[in-house]
Order: sequence, then C-alpha cells, then structure tokens
Amino acid sequence: MEMYQLTINQAENLLDKGGISSTELVSCLLDRTEALDNDIGAYITIDREGALIQAKEADQRRASGEKTPLLGIPLALKDILCTKGLLTTCASKILENFVPTYDASVVAKLKHAGAVILGKTNLDEFAMGSSTENSGYHLTRNPCNPDYVPGGSSGGSAAAVAAHMCTASLGSDTGGSIRQPASHCGVVGLKPTYGRVSRFGLVSYASSLDQIGPITRDVHDAAVLLNVIAGHDKNDSTSARVDVPDFTQGIDHFEKNGLKGMKAGIPKEFLDVKGLDPDVENAFYQARDKLEDQGVEMVDISLPHTDYVVASYYIIAPSEASSNLARFDGVKYGYRDRDATELIDMYKKTKSKGFGSEVQRRIIIGTYALSAGYYDEYYGRASKVRSLIMADFNGAFEKCDMIISPVAPTPAFKIGEKTDDPLTMYLTDIFTLSANMAGIPGLSVPSGVSSKGLPIGLQIMAKRFDESTLIRAGYGLEQAVQSLTP
Amino acid sequence: MKITKEDVAHIAELARLELADSQMEKFAGQISRTLEYIDKLKEVDVSSASLVSDAVSHTNVFREDKKVESPGPGVTLANAPERDEDFYTVPRIVG
Repeated sequence: MEMYQLTINQAENLLDKGGISSTELVSCLLDRTEALDNDIGAYITIDREGALIQAKEADQRRASGEKTPLLGIPLALKDILCTKGLLTTCASKILENFVPTYDASVVAKLKHAGAVILGKTNLDEFAMGSSTENSGYHLTRNPCNPDYVPGGSSGGSAAAVAAHMCTASLGSDTGGSIRQPASHCGVVGLKPTYGRVSRFGLVSYASSLDQIGPITRDVHDAAVLLNVIAGHDKNDSTSARVDVPDFTQGIDHFEKNGLKGMKAGIPKEFLDVKGLDPDVENAFYQARDKLEDQGVEMVDISLPHTDYVVASYYIIAPSEASSNLARFDGVKYGYRDRDATELIDMYKKTKSKGFGSEVQRRIIIGTYALSAGYYDEYYGRASKVRSLIMADFNGAFEKCDMIISPVAPTPAFKIGEKTDDPLTMYLTDIFTLSANMAGIPGLSVPSGVSSKGLPIGLQIMAKRFDESTLIRAGYGLEQAVQSLTP
Repeated sequence: MKITKEDVAHIAELARLELADSQMEKFAGQISRTLEYIDKLKEVDVSSASLVSDAVSHTNVFREDKKVESPGPGVTLANAPERDEDFYTVPRIVG
C-alpha cells in the first residue's frame, strides 16, 4: 500500500509507531496532488506552505508526547468553510478575493485536534448543484472516469479523497451534497443530523437544511472525523445541546452478525421512482442481501409524500438562498463592480457579474416564492408539505431503526449531459433531499459498481441524532462488500 | 405556473440583479418549467399540516448577557472592497 492511500486510522498507527512522519505524509499527498490535479480539478486552493508548517508542528507535538485525535492527518476542506488567512471562494467569482478573518467552528476543532489542512476543494458555486459543473472556476472530473462528473456539490472533496489527494475531507450537504458525490466517487459520505455539527463559518446556502460532514475512505474514518467536529457551539444557535457519543464505539469490536436485531425499512415509493437505473437497482438489492446476511431484518415501509420532496425542496432551498445571498452586495467583502456611480446600480452590477447563472436562477426562484402575493402559494405550502414529509419519517421509524435506499437514481452521468436543463438535474436529488427536509442523518457507503465501472453507493438513514446506528450498519455493509473484492 | 420575461425582470429588480435580455428569456423558460413541476404541490392536502421553518422545534436560545471583546475594525473591515479608515464606503446614495 502506498502512503497516499492510507486511511486516517492507518496513518495514525504508522505515525504513532514512527513508521512515517506527518511531514512525509503531507509531502507525499501534495506531490501527488500537483501531479494529478491539473487533470482532475479537485482543488481550488492548495496551501503547500501552510500544510508543511502544520505538519512540522504536528511532528514536533508528537515527538514531545502529545496525542490528539487527528495529529498530523492531512485533510481537504470544501471551499465553503471559512479558514482564517486562507482564501475561501465558495467557487464563486463574487468571493474571488475573500480571506476570512476567522475559522469556521469545525475548522477550529480540526486544527485543535491536530489536523493539517492541505487546501480547499471545488464545489458547485455556493453548493448549488449536483455535479460540480456550476463552479465559477473549473470543472472537477470523476477520478473513476474523467468523462464523468464527480457529483456535487462537494465534488472536489469527494474526488480528492477518491484520487488519494488527501487522507479525508469535509463537505457540506443541503440536499445530498455529501452523500451523492461520495456515491459517485466510491467513497464514504456522512451527513449528520441537523444541529449535530455547528454551521458557524459555513457560508450559508439554505440555513434550515445545511449540515457539514465527513467524506472518507471508510466508515471508521467518518466516525473519527464526526467525533471531532460534533457538538454544541454557542456561535450557532441551531446547534443542538445533546450528548456526543464516541461514534467509533459500535464498530471497534464489531463481530460477525454484528447487526443482528436491527430493522431496516425499505420505502416502497423509492423503488417506484421513474428513471431508476437497473445497475443502481441491482446494487441496492445486493446491498440489502448483504445486510440481511449480517442479521438485519427488512421491513416494508411507506413514505407517502416522496413524490413531493423535490418540489418542496426547490421552493424552500432557493427561498432561503435568496435571503442568505443578499449579503453579497459589494460592500463588506468580495467583488465590487467599480463602474457603477450609484448604490443600487452597484448592487445590481456586483451581483450580476459576481454570481454564476445557477445561483442567479435560484435567487430568482426564491425571491419569486417569497414575494408579495406568492408567499402562501409557494413558501407557505412547501413548508407545510415539509411537515408532512417529517411526519412520514416519524411514522416510518416506529417500524425500523434505519431506512435504506439508493443514493441517486443513476451512477455518475457524463460531463455536460444535464447542464442545459436545470429541472432534470434537480430531479436527480430525489433520494437524498428528504434527509435534509426531515433533519435526519444519512450515510452513503460504496456498495457496488455499474456495468461501466462507476461506483454506486447505498444510502442509510436513521433517526435524529442516531448516527451511531448508521455507522454500525455502514461498517457492517463495508465489511461484507470488502470481503467480496480480491 | 408560467412566468414571462416581464415577470423575471420584475423579480430581478426585487433581487437587485441586472440581467441581459437573452438571460431573462432563458430564465423565463427554465423557471417556468421548474414552477410547472412545483405546481404538483397543489395536489397535497395541507389543511391539517403545520408550517415548519426548520426540522427542529426551537424554543428561544439565550446566552448570558456578557460583554466580550470586539474584534475591532481592523478585522471587521479587513475584506472591505473600499473603505475610509474605519468606515465602509459606497457610491452615492442620494442625488
């Protein structure tokens, strides 16, 4: 095994034994990134100098006997997380020169745990998209096949993990933006419960749906990262005051049949979805069988409002976005149009030149949905439907501990295939949106490969704050899948 | 629900966006198709549903009323595109 392929867990062990140093590991990943990333485009900013300084510090701390959970581990961060002194663009031209004066709470926690930040990864501008094609800077290609998208919006983070250009990464998930790219790139992605992880310093897209989470090579690493980033934060009033368990606990002593007694619900509406790819369907049933082999009991459940999830999401998210993105007005930070001589004109020119078309499209939809005369019809109705979607999940979880489904209706699609028709792109989010709408956690675990050799993940969802169940079940599936590969 | 180019122009004004004619035309078509799809929400009986703005039911979140140090204008204004010492500057507001 090459050094760049190591998981967090493996790297920690080697660092502890003195087999490698953080400086060696970081240099190896940076060299590999410099060689590969011109073709993949996972990163927007690579901080070689900063990363090597942090690595050296980590090596010194380890030499002096210090031990923190991520000491010397090289990570990549989605470029929507504020990093003090390091360019944070949200893949938007409007923030092309924005250097935050503070760290997002998750970034502060990672640094405190000893992590080394390699750089900032590409995304769909302001996390609006499902393919990373909406980046204001460049495309990201799927490391499994460069003609295909890596998924999105955390496409850069998923591609960086899959192409071994970092040991693990963080993404953000508003409607599937961690789980779907993880599935498309063959890595693990975890969206925690809404409120589990502080959003302070995550540039807001849709505040009632956004959540930060790990993208990793395996389920254990996702648990390790969640251990570090979870917990209440006084700077985020929506972060929950709930206990944070040790998420690795359920898998450290995992045994055969370790999932015995657990019940998984299969929503009948999910498998009736139009356009479900046969390879995805196959992979889903194979994953189901593997979970059954481990002792999971399958139950049929119903989520009656599934057909309305996409429609309500694409009112709620753009509405919140239109309000959140009003702050980019050329006054406090970012790009300002210098031609305008009058204030309102300056706002307009700044926004129109700074934002890309998908962002402007969502601002228009959101502004429309919130405008006088349409509020009840759109935002009001969508919010009521959201409460029905939440009730569906509450009902379903009376019959099961977790819900399993595909992550996306198809494997990764070709670059350029869906860019002309926003609605078609929105419809690919059908399986992932509901976890955001209901505020529950969701995990994507690699479970199969399509006939074209593209990865396919399984989604597991659980009750609010029950990430431990996801991690245990995901780990069980991972063990079963790995045992089949040579 | 179909929206016209004129509707897009009106909403763009509300959102402080300046769109080219061709862009408005394109948005009108794309957003109309999206809104037509969204119209399926009208099929749902929401008469007994509550309006939620969040997946969590929040009560007031309070913090202690304590004085903390301000980061100061040097930090707060560090990213200002244009400033005059400790102030943001903007183009003329009144004529």
